[in-house]
Amino acid sequence: MTFKKPRNLLEGYSKLIGSHSEDSSDDLMVTCPKCKKSLASGDLLGSINVCMYCGHHFRMNARQRLNLICDRDTFAEADGTMVSSNLIGFPEYDGKLENARLDSKEPDAVICGACKINGIAAGIFVMEPYFMMGSMGVVVGEKLTRLFERAAAERLPVVGFTVSGGARMQEGILSLMQMAKVSGAVKRHSDAGLFFVCVLTDPTTGGVTASFAMEADVIAAEPFAHIGFAGARVIEQTMRKKLPEGFQRAEFLLEKGFIDDIVERKKQKKYLAQLLKMHVR
Amino acid sequence: MAAAYEKVALARAKGRATSVDYISNIFENFLEMHGDRRYGDDKSVIAGIGYLIEMPVTVIGIEKGHSVKERGFRNSGSAHPEGYRKALRQMKLAEKFSRPVVCFVDTPGAYCGIGAEERGQGQAIAENLTEMMTLKTPVISIVIGEGGSGGALGLAVADEVWMLENSVYSVISPEGCASILWKDSSRSKEASECLKLTAQDLFKLKVIEKIFPESDKVYAHLKQELYAAFTKSRQLDPQSLTAARYERFRKIGAPE
Ligand SMILES: [Zn+2]
Repeated sequence: MTFKKPRNLLEGYSKLIGSHSEDSSDDLMVTCPKCKKSLASGDLLGSINVCMYCGHHFRMNARQRLNLICDRDTFAEADGTMVSSNLIGFPEYDGKLENARLDSKEPDAVICGACKINGIAAGIFVMEPYFMMGSMGVVVGEKLTRLFERAAAERLPVVGFTVSGGARMQEGILSLMQMAKVSGAVKRHSDAGLFFVCVLTDPTTGGVTASFAMEADVIAAEPFAHIGFAGARVIEQTMRKKLPEGFQRAEFLLEKGFIDDIVERKKQKKYLAQLLKMHVR
Repeated sequence: MAAAYEKVALARAKGRATSVDYISNIFENFLEMHGDRRYGDDKSVIAGIGYLIEMPVTVIGIEKGHSVKERGFRNSGSAHPEGYRKALRQMKLAEKFSRPVVCFVDTPGAYCGIGAEERGQGQAIAENLTEMMTLKTPVISIVIGEGGSGGALGLAVADEVWMLENSVYSVISPEGCASILWKDSSRSKEASECLKLTAQDLFKLKVIEKIFPESDKVYAHLKQELYAAFTKSRQLDPQSLTAARYERFRKIGAPE
C-alpha cells in the first residue's frame, strides 16, 4: 500500500492539525480560494480555519470541530472502533478505506458521542471530510442510528455537523438503505419530544442532504457552504446551461427557505448553547 | 442468469410496462388525485385511490411514459420535489382512513435541475423518509423497472419492498458510478456488476422480500400477493406495524 499524496496543500496541511506531526507546518502556505491572499497555515490554525482577511471558512477535521464545540474534557466517544469492510466486494474499496484511514487518522467518516456544550449535555456527531469526503456507508449509518437511539433513551438533544459527498457507492444498495435507517432513528428521537440541531458545512450533498441533514428541528449552515441534492456538474449537463452565481450555497438555501440561519464558525458554540438552553425540557 | 448490465438494459427497455400499466391492470375504479398543494402537479408521479378487489387502497407510481411524447410529459420518471410532496399528501390521507398504500417505483433518479434544487429536492425526499417510516397504515413498494437512488427510496420506505425479475435498484446509476470511479461513463457495464443492483443481488443482501417473475400473469400475481399481504397487515395495530417497519431497515448493515 502506497501513501497517497495530498491532492493539494490545504488538504495535506489539515491532516497535520492535531496530529503532532514532526513536520513543521509553519512553512506551509495556503492560498485563500475567495480573496486569493496567501496565508500561513500556522496562522490559519489560530483562526479556526477561517481566512483572517475575508472570513472564508476552510474545511475542518472532525476532532478540531469537537474541540471547538464541546466543553473541555467532556466529550465521550461512542462506537469509536467500528470499521467499514468491503461488504459487496467492490473493486479497490479496501485500498480506498486504508488510504482514508491514513488521510484522516479516523476509523470512518463520522465521530459520535456525548458532550457538554456550555454545561448542557447533548449527543453529538461530527462528520469527517478527510475520510472519503464524509461519505455514508453502513458504519456511518449504524453509528448515527445508535447515537439517536441512545439520545432518545437518555433524553438528550442531538447536535450534528454534516460534511458529505453523499451515500458511499462502494457499499452499493446497503449504503442507500442507511438513509432510511438513520431517518427512522431521527424520527423516533423527534417523536420523543427531543431536539435536534444540525450545522451543514461545506460540502453537504446527495444522500446526506436527502436524509438527516434536512431532518433537524433547526438547520444552520456555515457561510458559503455548498449544500444540495444533485451535483452541480450533473445539473449543468442535464439542463445544458450555466448555473446561476451562488447556486447551492448556504446563502441560496437561506433565500429559498431551506435553512434557519447562517452561523459563522466562531459564533457556533454560543449559538448552539443558546438553542440547547431554549429547548431544555 | 443475465449479467447485471443486461438487467439494467431490460429494466430501462422501451416497451416495458410502466406504472400506468400496473395501475390499470391491478386496481379498479382508480381516481387520480393531482397536486402537492404547495407548488404544482408533478407529472412524473401519479397518485390516487382505487380498489384492490374490494379494498380501497392509495396507489402511487412514478411514471416514465411510453412514447417520446409521453416521456416528455412525464419527464421520463424523474420527479421534482412536488412529486414527492404529492405522494406524501396522498399517503397522509391514506393514513387518516387506515387505507393501505402501494408505491410503484420506476425512475432513473430524482430530477437534477435548478428548479428542483430551489424547491428543496433533498428536503422533500428526507421528509418522505421520516414520514413513511412512521406512517400508521400498511405500505408496500414495488420496483417495477429502475430504482434510481434517493429518488426511488423516497417512495420505498415500506413494510415490504418487492422487485420485478428484471428490475434494478441502486445507490447510483452505473454511468454515474463509472464516471466518478474511472472518469469514464462508458465503463457502465463493469460498474453494473460492481454495484450489486439486480433484484437477485438485493434479495441475497436481504434488502427486499420478494421477486416477481415477468410473465403475462404478473398483474394477477401481484394483485393476489398485495391483497394477501394487506389483509394480514391491516390486522396489526399501528404501533406494531411501524415498529416492524423500523426494524426492517434497522437491521440492514448492522454488525452481526
Ligand atoms: Zn480569504
